[in-house]
Amino acid sequence: MRKIFTALVAGAALFAAAGVSAQEIRIGIAQEPSSIDPHYHNLGPNNGFLSHVYERLVMQDSKQRLKPSLAVSWKPISETVWEFKLRKGVKWHDGTPFTAADVVFTGTRGLNVPNSPSSFATYLKGKTFKKIDDHTVHISTEKPYPLMATEMSTIMIVSKKAATGAQTKDFNLGTAAIGTGPYKFVKWQKGDVVEFARNDDYWGGKPKWSKVVLKPISSAPTRVAAMLAGDVDMIDGVPTADIEVLKKNAKVKLSQGISNRVIYLHMDQQRDNSPFVTDKDGNPLDKNPLKDVRVRKAISMMINRPAIVERVMEGVAIPAGQLVSETFFGNTPKLIPEKYDVAAAKNLLKDAGWGDGFGLTIHGPNNRYINDAKIAEAIAQMLTRGGIPTKVVTMPKNVYFKRASRGGPDKTPEFSFILVGWGSGTGEASSPLKSLLATYDKSKGHGASNRGRHSNPKVDALVEQALATVDDEKRRALLQQATEVGIGESQGIIPLHYQVNTWATRPGLRYDARTDERTLAMDIQIVK
Amino acid sequence: MSVFIIRRLLQSVVVIWVMSLLVFGGVYLIGDPIDMLINPEADQEDIDAAIRALGLDKPIHEQYWFFLINALKGDLGNSFIFNEPALQLILARMPATMELAFASLFIAIFLGVPLGMWAGLHPESIAGRSIMTGSILGFSLPSFWVGIMFIMLFAVILGVLPAGGRAETTEFLGMQVSFLSWDGLSHILLPAVNLALFKLSLVIRLSRAGTQEVIHQDYIKFARAKGVSEKRVILVHVLKNIMIPVVTILGLEFGSVIAFAVVTETIFAWPGMGKLIIESIDQLDRPVIVAYLMIIVFMFIVINLVVDIMYSVLDPRVRLQDVKA
Repeated sequence: MRKIFTALVAGAALFAAAGVSAQEIRIGIAQEPSSIDPHYHNLGPNNGFLSHVYERLVMQDSKQRLKPSLAVSWKPISETVWEFKLRKGVKWHDGTPFTAADVVFTGTRGLNVPNSPSSFATYLKGKTFKKIDDHTVHISTEKPYPLMATEMSTIMIVSKKAATGAQTKDFNLGTAAIGTGPYKFVKWQKGDVVEFARNDDYWGGKPKWSKVVLKPISSAPTRVAAMLAGDVDMIDGVPTADIEVLKKNAKVKLSQGISNRVIYLHMDQQRDNSPFVTDKDGNPLDKNPLKDVRVRKAISMMINRPAIVERVMEGVAIPAGQLVSETFFGNTPKLIPEKYDVAAAKNLLKDAGWGDGFGLTIHGPNNRYINDAKIAEAIAQMLTRGGIPTKVVTMPKNVYFKRASRGGPDKTPEFSFILVGWGSGTGEASSPLKSLLATYDKSKGHGASNRGRHSNPKVDALVEQALATVDDEKRRALLQQATEVGIGESQGIIPLHYQVNTWATRPGLRYDARTDERTLAMDIQIVK
Repeated sequence: MSVFIIRRLLQSVVVIWVMSLLVFGGVYLIGDPIDMLINPEADQEDIDAAIRALGLDKPIHEQYWFFLINALKGDLGNSFIFNEPALQLILARMPATMELAFASLFIAIFLGVPLGMWAGLHPESIAGRSIMTGSILGFSLPSFWVGIMFIMLFAVILGVLPAGGRAETTEFLGMQVSFLSWDGLSHILLPAVNLALFKLSLVIRLSRAGTQEVIHQDYIKFARAKGVSEKRVILVHVLKNIMIPVVTILGLEFGSVIAFAVVTETIFAWPGMGKLIIESIDQLDRPVIVAYLMIIVFMFIVINLVVDIMYSVLDPRVRLQDVKA
């Protein structure tokens, strides 16, 4: 009898063990991709989830460091030409070998996908792809181009054979969705499921899961419930409010990591009578205090970042003093989060001639970033206490972003003081410097998201020099200097905190929290 | 009667046109999706290119004219987000919503009528009173809250039903359906009950009131006097007579079940039209929003028309006439 019992227990244990190393992984995701075409839409979920199927020449690891992928090595061979050596023995999912022709094909296809709402031309324009031999590609530009490898880490390579003449819908149906990645595309039923199956011939070794099933569950409470009910093995976007409770739940393990997203404030530094800067009674001013660097610094000092992190973000964020956190290229050790000091801030305001204060309205989204509306409210309270009575207006992102970027006359930004976030997709400091702090200049493509229209010739010169410096160490120093000037000296924007993202898995799994907020089956580890 | 139908159909064309104008204008006023769709790293040139690609650089009247011309050809435009025909996107999601709507209708009728009749026959009993109290809850509790409670109770605490989503589908009469398997039924149960709750309460109240009215009629008394069994009295004489208002109301309500499955679908991650429209509104995917509302308006018009016609067929005293202003 006892023997039978032991056998049963052993059998059950075996069964359970088989369950843990389960072949299939089901993931509840907050946002589904908008397409299976890797060049149709430069959007977070697409760039993330499609990485199961397609690969890039250069990959970003979970900390967004560049690693070889389809290219084994790369180097500049002249001022304007980069050479990429391709990996040999890689096969497409349909069995054809991967060669330089596929890379060259991708270089042109990615440029013009019809009706693309956000084109990869951002990274591909101005680059000429040339096949040297089957496993060597040269990419040339007009001017020296240091960010070549970084930008190539955004472009997913497609098969020339499968994708020639293919439209976005052919990818969505799967006929053209041929990649080299660890998983093959199986199906996508919009709003219901995305499914991948293991690619047994993967060059990087046999992938862990036989099947990857992505279930889009946009409502956060439902996503958490699906996790607790065991319907899925993992979810992303765990709401901060649930973290404390989930920590105590034995059925769930949390994985957390800092993201590349900084939450910050823009201040209108262009207009002399900014519409949402008033005197204390709400009457318009003929002078814009936000143009004075001392006033901007005072505002930054009035914000108690640790308190925001502790109370509003439930401890799940890290106070920020610059554009990218420590592990990123271009982070400068010289900038730390501004210290909370109301008395010093008031003195600064007095020096600037605004000792009596003025009125302000902060605008922000209420469904874009983690706890965005609550952060705006907290900031308004802190400023009001510091002598700058501040009103709060928050709105859904679909209304907010258009008005914040081009809602004013002549398509200028409408608001005066806004809360926004920036995720460094390229994993280094040049992209936020170029987009947020460089002077708005349409012809150069600089300052596209500079919604406060901050402008400092010193920053512009440093950024431009950095963008033309191929040597990594020299470029790093230039990016650090640009940040020190743009934020430290001239307070072009006010950084608040870096977001921290949370994933939940069932026990026995761990997720290598990615800074780029992607949820990838490849980064799920089985732990004992 | 055919004149009546033709005139109603013509009116409905005008209604749909006015609606498309309102929605088109409304969404235009809110904004466009570019700032949400575009990658932040795009520069000004890329942003302009995306605006052109979606045709948003043209003045609004031109955009509308373009839409109208294509709509007359049966093309309601491509989704800004998915770059697929909006109509196709919606129709692909329709079976899921229909499945949910029919399931909840089924629950409302086959649970609501017996419960309502019981409460009508035994108004003073504890069960009868509990049914009526329950129906008040069904009316007044917000469905998103009930939905989350359902998930907490049945999926998380008891662990007997899945928390959301739709099961693997199979082909049935050319449509993808999920109700043919146990797994499918277990997935559909919670959202269907959630969606049915309001209708269920309505049906309970209607059947109870109907029963109480009918039970005192002369023909019931006569049937009893004649010695007809109580079972037959209730299942034939009472049931038949209370069904008329129930069927009418449910017919009219069916449209709103489909149109307002939005909340239930979002909470239960049910991949139907409601979830699509909510996400489209969230991202200002104008072609999908306009197409969806046009379909819904059209559906309401057809249902109303059918109900009117049925009425005149069922009850010869009713004459179909236009309401003159």
